[in-house]
Order: sequence, then structure tokens, then C-alpha cells
Amino acid sequence: MITPEVRQLAPRYDVVVSGAGPAGMAAAVGARERGAERILLIDREREAGGILWQCIHHGFGLHHFGEELTGPEYAERCLRQVTDGGIDVLTDTYVYDISPDRTLTLMSGSHGMRQVRAGAVVLAMGARERTRGAIRIPGERPAGVLTAGLAQKFVNMMGLLPGRRVVILGSGDIGLIMARRLTLEGVEVLGVFEIMPYANGLNRNIVQCLHDFDIPLSLSTTVVDIRGRERVEGVTVAPVDQALRPDMSRAHDIACDTVLLSIGLIPENELSRRIDLRLDPVTSGPVVNSTMETSIGGVFACGNVVHIHDLVDFVSQESLLAGRAAGDYVTGRRPPADNIRLLPGDNVAYCVPHTLSTDREHVVYMRVRKPMEKCTIRFGDVFSVKVRYVFPAEMVNITMKPKFLENFHGDSLRVDVVQR
Amino acid sequence: MTGERIFHYLCIGCPLGCRLEVEENAAGTDVEVRGWGCKTGKAYGRQEHTDPRRVVATSVRVSGGRWARLPVKTSGPVPKAMVRDVARAVRPVAVAAPVAAGTVIVADVLGTGVDMIATRDMERA
Ligand code: SF4
Repeated sequence: MITPEVRQLAPRYDVVVSGAGPAGMAAAVGARERGAERILLIDREREAGGILWQCIHHGFGLHHFGEELTGPEYAERCLRQVTDGGIDVLTDTYVYDISPDRTLTLMSGSHGMRQVRAGAVVLAMGARERTRGAIRIPGERPAGVLTAGLAQKFVNMMGLLPGRRVVILGSGDIGLIMARRLTLEGVEVLGVFEIMPYANGLNRNIVQCLHDFDIPLSLSTTVVDIRGRERVEGVTVAPVDQALRPDMSRAHDIACDTVLLSIGLIPENELSRRIDLRLDPVTSGPVVNSTMETSIGGVFACGNVVHIHDLVDFVSQESLLAGRAAGDYVTGRRPPADNIRLLPGDNVAYCVPHTLSTDREHVVYMRVRKPMEKCTIRFGDVFSVKVRYVFPAEMVNITMKPKFLENFHGDSLRVDVVQR
Repeated sequence: MTGERIFHYLCIGCPLGCRLEVEENAAGTDVEVRGWGCKTGKAYGRQEHTDPRRVVATSVRVSGGRWARLPVKTSGPVPKAMVRDVARAVRPVAVAAPVAAGTVIVADVLGTGVDMIATRDMERA
């Protein structure tokens, strides 16, 4: 069994990682690879691994581990690397505050209030789900309205079923996965309602979680009312027009006892705000350079806290990079500074990292604003790549080789995705 | 009855989501796949029509563990038509912690030739 818990808390660590989900685990391993000696990996849950433990379905790891794994299997592999690296794991502990000189205030179930100093910090707090408040669904406030991810934890870890007759609002992957999961546990899933004219989740999940079980997916439709005094008794759903306004003349009622919300994730940046990190208004995460360092030196960030990923594999890869950079930082190796800023242009919502250097290869992650087929991704006039398609739901990643930038002497590169 | 039949599938190979049309020949011995945008879709349409399979992941009750449920999966894909039955068959199963990842929880589930195995370690609470 792997429970690498710390007994003694040191006053000083080379690298402290906040959040022991896939991002934090990979970052800690990366820091170890580059020679950081004392590494502390902190999580508020009772075990490291993050959301992976509750994602018991299959389909993770194809890019990172070269085979398809379930979430728990992916978590165990990462955790094994953490243990093999001799990294200290402190669970049941919350990083309550952080100062720009990298002193962290911890609130710990086993150690009480403590302060530790870090040579470098990696922020890997991940994201939380958007709740009912984020989309202001009218109606009463009965029990039985919960996020899909919370329901997933109830069902897969705690052995509690959230209800008997369920309506799912939003077609994000967690909602689709829960439609199947609840069906397999004998719960009736009445339908998935998506306000946009297209589904948000992967086609694989549309087919294997909905079609396989004849669960209807209604596009351009939303929940306009939730009824019930103590417990949800029903919802009203209505189709929406192009401006997303519900057409109440075509509304209808559905009797149900539970509403699951699968309406997106928000990076958890409370800690980043405590030290006034520069945040990107589009991603709601920290602005980072090509080593995943934030606007404060020695403070790195990776994973969903920086931008919402659709595959855990890319979280691991990005976080390994962040961890290695944190390891380099504390062992005194500083890479050349970035000298090129990436400017999101046509049909590009954001790029991560926000800046690049010309001395080495970089992976640039980006998200588009609207779907496009047969298009070209252009980095100024130095480099372009043709792609068959781009979709907002699928992160694009492009490898930027130093040779592309050899003859470039500007200080910013505009990134556009244009039709061919 | 002409014997010719057309079926529709959504390709899951990439976000383009090509709408596949699979047509059986009169004898029902072969299929033709249309509507694909690349070879992945062509192969997927054939497989999905002739022998669709799924890995089933669910959970079973575990006593004395850190959590109340132990995640399990089939050690290989089972025929799609058996997914619900497989999940139902393991619903009454209960085990006791500790359990190591990879432990067979139900052998040869419903005669499919695949086992239900634990997908994580479950230490004692
Ligand atoms: S057929 Fe090819 S292009 Fe079309 S959805 Fe499948 S994988 Fe994508």
C-alpha cells in the first residue's frame, strides 16, 4: 500500500507543491529529477491523487503512459513515482496562505497551524466545478441539486446514490460519464440538456455513455425552473433561440428528484490572489513563462489552476515541466529568459505559456473560440501548421522548435487560426 | 425484405464526429462503411457494427477500507450487449479491505472470459 505520509514537518523545503492531484504529483517528480532534495507535496484530502480516484472509468493515460488506464490506475502510477522519489506527502492539510518570500502557512489535521519556507513553490490546486449560482437557474432551493463531480465522489467512493430519477444539465464529460455510471447503478437518467447547439463532451462519451443506454441528449435546451420544497420534485426545460433565450411557449415539465450540473470548471486561484500573481482574464489562471513560472520568481504553476485541460495526460506533461523548472530554480540553474510574447489573434482564446524563449523547444497549448475545419495555425510569419480541424472543446498543442525562431527578432508573435 | 440494411453510427475517433453509414450485404456476410473522413472511421464503423465491445468500470462495496467503494473494471472489453448485465452481476459483491490493485474480484464474469479486477489498492481505514 502506498501511503508515504510525513511524520515530521521540517521548517524548510527546497520545493513545496500545493495540491497533490495529477499536476502536483508530476511537479514533485519533476523537481526530484532535477535534484531538489527536500520536497513536500501537500493536499487537503485524506490521500494524494486528486480527482483521479473518483474517475473510475477507463480512457486515461494513452499519451502519457502509452496505454489506457482507469483514473485510479493512473493515480497509482503517479503516486508510485512520488514514493519512489522519496517525496514527503502531507495530506489532510490546507495551504492557507503564502507570502511573496515563499513562506507558506499550513492548516493541518495532524500538525496544526504551521509555517514552512520553500526554495520554490509549485501551485497545483486544480479547479472546482461551477455550481448553480454560476448560471443562476431560477426556482426554489431544494436538496438534490449537485455538481456531477460531487455525485461522482458520492457514488464511486462513498457508496451513496444521489437520487432515483436524474436530470443532467450541461453536456460536459463528467455529466456524460455520470449518466452512464448512474444507469449502471440502476438509477433512471431522464436526459441530458445542453444550452449550446453542440455537445461539450467527447464523441466517445456521447456514444458510450448516452447512445449505449438510450439516454436522450437535447441540444439548444436548458433548465428554466427547479421545483420542490425539501427535495427536488421536478424541473422545467425549454428550448432556446440563437441568443440563448428560452422559448417558454415550448417549455415542458419533467418529474425528477435530482439535478446534476456539468457546466464547466473554474481554476482555484485563491492562493494565487493572496500573492497578487498576474492572472490571465481569459484562463482565470496565472500568466506563466515557458518554464511555467508565474509573475513572481520561484513560484510556478501547472495543471488546471493555469488553464482547464481536457486530458489528464497533458496535465502530467505540463506539470513535469513546471516541476523540473522548480528543481532547476533551487539548484541554481536558470534557463535563458523568455524574449517572445505570444499574442492570441484570430480565433485564439489563449495560449499557454504566455511567453517563449528562442533557445529550446516548447509545447504551446491553446484553445480556439469557434470550430473550424481545414485551417492553418500561424505564428506570425515565422511558422505555420495545417490542421484538419480545431474545436473549442479540444485543446490544441503545437511543438515550437528553436529553428522556427532563428531569424525572428521581434518581441511578440501573433497566433492566428485561419481558414485555408 | 431485400436483406440490405443500413445502420448509422457516430465515429468517436476525433471531434469531427463523422456520421457513418454501414450497409450489410444481402447475405449479411459483409459490410460496407461510408461517410468516414479517414481510415480510423472506416475501421471503427466495421468493428462497431459487427462486434461492438466495451470495458466496463463500476465499483463494489468494501468494508473496513478508507472508502466505502472499491473501483473495479473488466480485464478486457466485453460485448456491448452485456454491459448492463455485467454491471448488475457485480452489484451485490462485497469485499473486505485490504485489497491490492489487480486482485480478481469476480472471475470470468457471466462467462465472458474476462475478470472483474480491482483498479486500486484499498488500505484498511
Ligand atoms: S472518420 Fe476519421 S475524421 Fe471522421 S470522426 Fe472518425 S476519426 Fe475523425
